[in-house]
Amino acid sequence: MTQTFRMDKPQPRLLDETRQGVIGTSMDRPDGPLKVSGQATYTADALPEGCVHGMLVRATVTRGHLRDIDRDSIADIPGLLAVVRDPRFLRNPAQGMAGEAPDQPGDRIDYHGQPVALVVAETFEAARDGALRLKLRFDSVAAEVDPDHATEVEPQDPTESGDWNAAWSGAAHQVDVVYTTPCHASAAMEPHAAVAEWQGDRLILRGALQMLRFNRKELADAVGIPPEQVQILAPYVGGGFGSKLGIGTEAVAAALAARELGRPVRVVMARQTVFDAVLRRTETRQHLQLAADAEGKLLALGHDDRVSNLPGEEFAEPVSSASQFLYGARATRFRQDMVRVHRVGAGSVRAPGEAVGVIAIEAAMDELADALGMCPVELRLRNLPDQHPVTGQPFSARALADCLREGAKSFGWSDRQAPGARQEGDWLIGMGMASAARPNMLVKSAARVRLSAEGAVVETDMTDIGTGTYAVLTQVAAEMLGLPPGQVTVKLGDTDLPGASGSGGSFGASSSGSAVFLAAKKIRDRLAAKLGCAPEDLSLQDGLARGANLEAPINDLLAGEVLVEEAEIKGGKTAESHFSAGFGAHFCEVAVHRWTGEVRVRRMHGTFAMGRVLNEKTARSQAVGGMIWGVGSALHEDMSHDPRTGHVVTRDLANYHIASHADIPRDMQAVFLEERDDFANPLQSKGVGELGISGAGGAVLNAIHNACGVRIRDIPATPDRVIAALEAAGR
Amino acid sequence: MQTTLTVNGHTRSVDHDPRTTLLDALRDSLRLTGTKKGCDHGQCGACTVLVNGRRINACLTLAAMHDGDEITTIEGLGEPGALSPLQQAFVSCDGYQCGFCTSGQIMSATGMLEELARGDPSHASPDLAQVSADDAEIAERMSGNLCRCAAYPFIREAISLGAKGERS
Ligand code: FES
Ligand code: FES
Repeated sequence: MTQTFRMDKPQPRLLDETRQGVIGTSMDRPDGPLKVSGQATYTADALPEGCVHGMLVRATVTRGHLRDIDRDSIADIPGLLAVVRDPRFLRNPAQGMAGEAPDQPGDRIDYHGQPVALVVAETFEAARDGALRLKLRFDSVAAEVDPDHATEVEPQDPTESGDWNAAWSGAAHQVDVVYTTPCHASAAMEPHAAVAEWQGDRLILRGALQMLRFNRKELADAVGIPPEQVQILAPYVGGGFGSKLGIGTEAVAAALAARELGRPVRVVMARQTVFDAVLRRTETRQHLQLAADAEGKLLALGHDDRVSNLPGEEFAEPVSSASQFLYGARATRFRQDMVRVHRVGAGSVRAPGEAVGVIAIEAAMDELADALGMCPVELRLRNLPDQHPVTGQPFSARALADCLREGAKSFGWSDRQAPGARQEGDWLIGMGMASAARPNMLVKSAARVRLSAEGAVVETDMTDIGTGTYAVLTQVAAEMLGLPPGQVTVKLGDTDLPGASGSGGSFGASSSGSAVFLAAKKIRDRLAAKLGCAPEDLSLQDGLARGANLEAPINDLLAGEVLVEEAEIKGGKTAESHFSAGFGAHFCEVAVHRWTGEVRVRRMHGTFAMGRVLNEKTARSQAVGGMIWGVGSALHEDMSHDPRTGHVVTRDLANYHIASHADIPRDMQAVFLEERDDFANPLQSKGVGELGISGAGGAVLNAIHNACGVRIRDIPATPDRVIAALEAAGR
Repeated sequence: MQTTLTVNGHTRSVDHDPRTTLLDALRDSLRLTGTKKGCDHGQCGACTVLVNGRRINACLTLAAMHDGDEITTIEGLGEPGALSPLQQAFVSCDGYQCGFCTSGQIMSATGMLEELARGDPSHASPDLAQVSADDAEIAERMSGNLCRCAAYPFIREAISLGAKGERS
């Protein structure tokens, strides 16, 4: 058994000493050629011999019980094989890192759209026909579905410091505002899918999943077999954004149907089912209270929120997470109410907490800057705390001030004019900015590295959901072993390989990369011994080993041997002693049409500091992708529920508006500042996937205000809302 | 029922349910799985292929309607080691992340560049008689291809770069 390395103290910056020169570069993704030629295989591409097709059937009542299924109603369909209904079906997908099955409610229905049965047929067309026509009978009871009116409210433990009344009441400037955000859908382009196949007692599941180490246990628990009998394969995942953290009904239904029928079963969710039955981001109601003295020093900072979830689900969107450490104040208050509603369950959608919470705090900070007549950048610079204001931990590395200053400079922030001052025809032009922050984590992760004359092979059950795992793990191994990247092969997405952190919470690259780093380091040590030098004297480059005035090709040192090392890492004392987070600053220019209320983002600039950048190109894609999500949440995205039944009204991509090409300018920049976070992990890197979205929407809203002088506090800022605000302001 | 398609230059006969879409025929019958299904409703563009040179959403048309038609899918453009200039540009510009929308983006761009070359105007053309290949045109014409990873700026960079390569 490999010993687990604990991150108890800062590690030497070995990647600054190594010679290969590939870490951090803009290397193309090794998986790129497969992706651009249609040869990367996603779950639904698999169709094993004899595979049949399953379609999920949904509940059409909000709350109650499934009384019976009228199988005769579709008995006439040629090729129909089964209507599978099993008490082991899931109510909703597992939450991230659950490691056990979520609620398996039997006949109980908790939300409109809950998958209750699987129609299986020889062809996809027959299965779809059956799923649409199958008659189900339900018992229905009254249900609360609207968070504004629901009565089951659970106040969470508040986080408070200082004397609120003293800090708030005498302040020279106060901002006291309510922001609301709607539900969001992850809406990954790949619909959730599973292909299940049994080989004796062994279940092989190809799945669209993010965290295989956990998913294996969840699936085994749900089906009722030991985890050792489950193998999950997910070499390519078509986006996740949190929606594939835990196993969903499609996986369990496919597994159970395959067992019942003795044939492989493929279940691909219809796009509508993805909206109906995959965890959403909660809607939020956020109450911001900021008080400052005449110099702009924050005296009081309050960020209270209300979120919702299904009864029994523990997940609560951590809305004020970043508000608790971005700025300091004499008194702070963070309170949360959880409202129980019978809508599809709420869970993690890209940057849970920050994605919506930082919009609101950053918009409120803009309102405060306005009240003070102060530059919004300056207001933030004046309020950076010396340490984490709630926990008292020192920051491990925090370059927020640099991000703010450098970002402002390269964007041209000094050209910003007073609200409403800049016009081009019917368009009003404005600039806005916001800070970004996202806590960084190290999650237990293992990897195996083999070095032979053919090159190196990295093996881990880590996933690449578009995040660039294939690229960054290639780079870590190539850098550590002194090999050109073309001699490194990365194998991912198979639970038979060492268990990684999985992709989630922006911790994937750092956690799995650290495991690869440590395994490769053990191989380095063995090569040093073979060469006859101390490990710290060893330098590896382009297949050559050097050290202590000795030099030899790595292949000669191997002499036909294959070196295999495995390593596992997990968080340790540094996670307690220091607070690690990525930081950044967004700057945005928008045009607001004075008659139609249309908002166009013209350019956007993000400056980020998130430790060592492992691949400049994929990091940029992650950061800009996040920024575009921010634009989407500020302007378009709105998942609506019917106020009577709670069913999702915007249940396809024509009604749920994610940003499209025409919404996004070409001028979307992400710049990374040089930083090392010694307390984060041995790579000194931090997460980036969720940092880009944090605050991005706030910069857009603040730019809207600078353009036309109105504040949109009910997000998204759709044209109707902008026009109404312009009219109310008499503009 | 039987339909004969010419896919990427090869004549293929498909035995299918009358309800089978062109998309499912390509993916499940011919096992050309490069073309993706993101919505099955004509809302995402992941299934874009060329039919007789024009880009269409393969999920919105039945296989039975294409007897004798020439279909080009992503597999027909190039393969690792022999990528087309446009495919290569997507790699070098990082014009993707998860890759799920990518086949559709590339097929759509291939058809779109033809439309531009023909001088077909769009909603974004300031002058209907004179169409330029600027970013606003490309953004408008590519808006039927959603990318939730939001690689849009890099996709359009790749299209501009790839277009130069395709011409030369
Ligand atoms: S799958 Fe055809 S447009 Fe989405
Ligand atoms: S690359 Fe993931 S959806 Fe476009």
